[in-house]
Amino acid sequence: MISHHLPALQVVVPLLAAPLCFLLGRYRRLGWILSTLVSWLCLLIALQLAYQVVDGGQIHYAFGGWAPPWGIEYRVDQLNALVLLIVSGIAAVMFPYSWNSIQNEVDPEQQPLFFTCMLLCLAGLLGITITGDAFNLFVLLEISSLSTYTLISLGRDRRALTASFQYLIMGTIGATFILIGVGILYMLTGTLNMADLSDRIGNIGESRALQAGFGFLIVGIGLKLAMFPLHLWLPNAYAFAPSVVSAFIAATATKVAVYVMVRYLFTIFGPEFSFSAMNIHWLFIPAGLIAVLFTSIVALFQRDIKRMLAYSSVAQIGYMLVGIGLVSTTGLTAALLHLFNHALMKGALFLSMGAVCYRLGNTLIDNMDGIGRQMPWTMGAFVAGGLSIIGVPLTVGFISKWYLILAALEQGWWPVAVIVLLGSLIAVIYVWRVVEAAYLHQRPDQAKTVKEAPASLLVPTWILVLANFYFGIDASFTVGFTSSAATTLFGAP
Amino acid sequence: MLIFLALALPLCGVIGVSICRRNPNLREGFTLVVSMTLLFVVLQLLSLVMAGARPELILLEMLPGVELRFKIEPLGMVFATVAAILWPINSLYSIGYMRGNEESHQTRFYIFFAVAIAAAMGVAFSGNLVTLFVFYEVLTLSTFPLVAHKGNKMAMLGGRTYLGILLFTSIGLLLPAIIWTWTLAGTTNFIPGGILTGHIEGGAITLLALLYLFGIGKAALMPIHRWLPAAMVAPTPVSALLHAVAVVKAGVFSIVKVMVYVFGLDLINQAPGADWLMWIACFTLIAASLIALRQDNLKKRLAYSTISQLAYVVLGAVLLAPLSITGAALHIMAHAFGKITLFFAAGSIYTSSKKTEVSQLDGIGRRMPYTMTAFSIGALSMIGIPPTAGFISKWYLLMGAFQVQQLAAVTVIVASTLLNACYFIPIIYAAWFKRESSEAILKYGEAPWPVVTALCMTAGLTLLLFFFPGRPFELIQQIST
Repeated sequence: MISHHLPALQVVVPLLAAPLCFLLGRYRRLGWILSTLVSWLCLLIALQLAYQVVDGGQIHYAFGGWAPPWGIEYRVDQLNALVLLIVSGIAAVMFPYSWNSIQNEVDPEQQPLFFTCMLLCLAGLLGITITGDAFNLFVLLEISSLSTYTLISLGRDRRALTASFQYLIMGTIGATFILIGVGILYMLTGTLNMADLSDRIGNIGESRALQAGFGFLIVGIGLKLAMFPLHLWLPNAYAFAPSVVSAFIAATATKVAVYVMVRYLFTIFGPEFSFSAMNIHWLFIPAGLIAVLFTSIVALFQRDIKRMLAYSSVAQIGYMLVGIGLVSTTGLTAALLHLFNHALMKGALFLSMGAVCYRLGNTLIDNMDGIGRQMPWTMGAFVAGGLSIIGVPLTVGFISKWYLILAALEQGWWPVAVIVLLGSLIAVIYVWRVVEAAYLHQRPDQAKTVKEAPASLLVPTWILVLANFYFGIDASFTVGFTSSAATTLFGAP
Repeated sequence: MLIFLALALPLCGVIGVSICRRNPNLREGFTLVVSMTLLFVVLQLLSLVMAGARPELILLEMLPGVELRFKIEPLGMVFATVAAILWPINSLYSIGYMRGNEESHQTRFYIFFAVAIAAAMGVAFSGNLVTLFVFYEVLTLSTFPLVAHKGNKMAMLGGRTYLGILLFTSIGLLLPAIIWTWTLAGTTNFIPGGILTGHIEGGAITLLALLYLFGIGKAALMPIHRWLPAAMVAPTPVSALLHAVAVVKAGVFSIVKVMVYVFGLDLINQAPGADWLMWIACFTLIAASLIALRQDNLKKRLAYSTISQLAYVVLGAVLLAPLSITGAALHIMAHAFGKITLFFAAGSIYTSSKKTEVSQLDGIGRRMPYTMTAFSIGALSMIGIPPTAGFISKWYLLMGAFQVQQLAAVTVIVASTLLNACYFIPIIYAAWFKRESSEAILKYGEAPWPVVTALCMTAGLTLLLFFFPGRPFELIQQIST
């Protein structure tokens, strides 16, 4: 009986746990345990849902028993089952990590707030992914965004406040654009249910209003996913947020935004309209390629490694946009694969930086000279994640690159392949800066000696690192899932 | 099963070495035992392959249609055998060298060495391009800590050049070439006669061949050869086994393999501008020799000599004559034995006398007779003078060049032989016949016994290969059939 309600529980459980966590107040550790358990429960639910749709089926769930399109419908197919897995999987790794990590980075009296917001953010992200209703999506997007603003502002550095404020402004503009877009669609079709929308949009034909709505939505979602040049909020937000928050939002929030983009382009507007009528790929490919080149180069010059990783994230999102913009099943597969793979690698990288931050107090490269000897496991995780970003074989990064280049060559767009490769080569440089500092520089005499990070930080980090290798060596699961999702998306009207 | 063992054994070595890190004797003993066992396994495989079997192993499927697949063919067997024979000898040498010079982080050294050997085995046995690429990259990455071993400024810069060039070429050129091949042929398996016939024509063949030729940066064709001299900052055993045998041979081996099993000789013959491939090799051959002439640092001179010797192998591959392919395969062996001897000798000289420059070697033959005898044998083999292995391989290369009427290639081979003589003979002359300079008051004799034993063994192998080329020859004959 309960299994029938899994789609609802996926969102409701963390949503209800959030205020509970706040009520627990000064029993901070209890709040942490509760939220960890909730995140594991979410992962179990996501696994169960993914298992049900792995053969290409769909789950429909009418919220509160109201039949769609009047009520809110939750709908799970392969695409969002994958994203649910990513979000809840990453959360299940991050929550256990968070306790030790925030002790140095968040004031004790704000820690209950931290767990509450993390849970709200998780609920929001899961909700965005699972919902089949355009307006509900907007509401959940706001839940996750507002909690993210709070989480970023919890960083000890006072610049976290401005970073959070900057994100607040940009994020709100994005959300407003999305709302206007959804409003226009509602005006034109009289429905908010995604499946319904997609049916009716097909019948509208040439309409200036529809095109405007499309434009608003693309820009709004583009802001959320940090599409170049709308990415300006991201580096500061990632750099000044508490480490675990950076790790969590880097691995999930932008991924969910990319998912929303794919959902709108393919399911709601349909590939026909998006690519043949609106030629959106002529925006995506240049934006993606410039992001790959430009932000990778900017990443070279960052002294703060968290900030460097943030720029690298923008570049990685560029790869996904390019994948979508190639308008082929292989291209979309590459984008979705990279969505999954990038969550794993950036998660591992940010977590290892969190461990560095735990011992050193910051992640400036100048302070990291020679710590490879003193924190072998932490820096080992960073090297592994870095190799994955570069795209060395046996890591997930290789799988992503393989498909992306394959897709580009299939279309005969070899300049795209060249730029994608160039991006990886720049990644070699920025990853190796850190490797050289950590392993080849001598630790200065006056610098304090650091110990290896505690196991509670290392174990989650290494789970992600091993996942990097596992899915890099045997990619049949991820490739199977994403390619059949991509086929479905292109096949759907 | 044996293939799996050959890959897994060095990795067992890694575990064993890290467990025994507190006890150096046990640690080095373990390395020796593992390397001997590996040699035994590879010899088992060798006898299988000689009998005509082609063992195969599919480890797992990385992507739909892309497997981690191993298949042994004669060429890979040659490479694997050479590496497996030299690893135990080199381990023996390492013990003497690393202790004699009191190098730091010896455990790390042995660990990454074992990983590199495992990767070399993977390259040798790979059954498709993707597997080859995987192990090629593992080889690059596992040798980086060895190159940057000393950890000083020089080592860091050298390591940077090393990794930079090798990763840039492999990710920037080789990977797209492989993916391109995959889109064309739908497979990347190595099949005798090639997989691209009928899928590609015209200038695209040349372009793809160039991507491979330069993408496989480990073959050190000019202008992407700079990583090899840079890698000379590594301890000598690394330069000896990895940068004279495993790494560079992995490069030229991959090129030969791509030419024979991906393109097929017939296809590449039709390509417009196929001659250019040959010219690139010829240019590297001559230019590297000329640079070697001007190097005073012994290891640098050997490194440039390696670059030019590798170009022989590439030349053999792109001459596209069956005989020259035989020559190329033979030269992989001959150069391996000869060059490792030379590096061993260089390391031996450094260990006992701390001399690194050619100009300091006057009269050293009296003090280190074994070392310098071995050095002389190695140098003769490089030049190609009988009774050394280098003579045989050069003979076949020349025959191949005549077979396809490439008189230019013949000229180049002869000219470079002269150049080889120019930069090796003076060293031999100085070592044996010049007087030691008078201000040298430092008393030194031979290097530690493990070092001397190792270099005598490899010098012996160089001679043996000349006198008994029968068995290797039989194996190599199977490539063209």
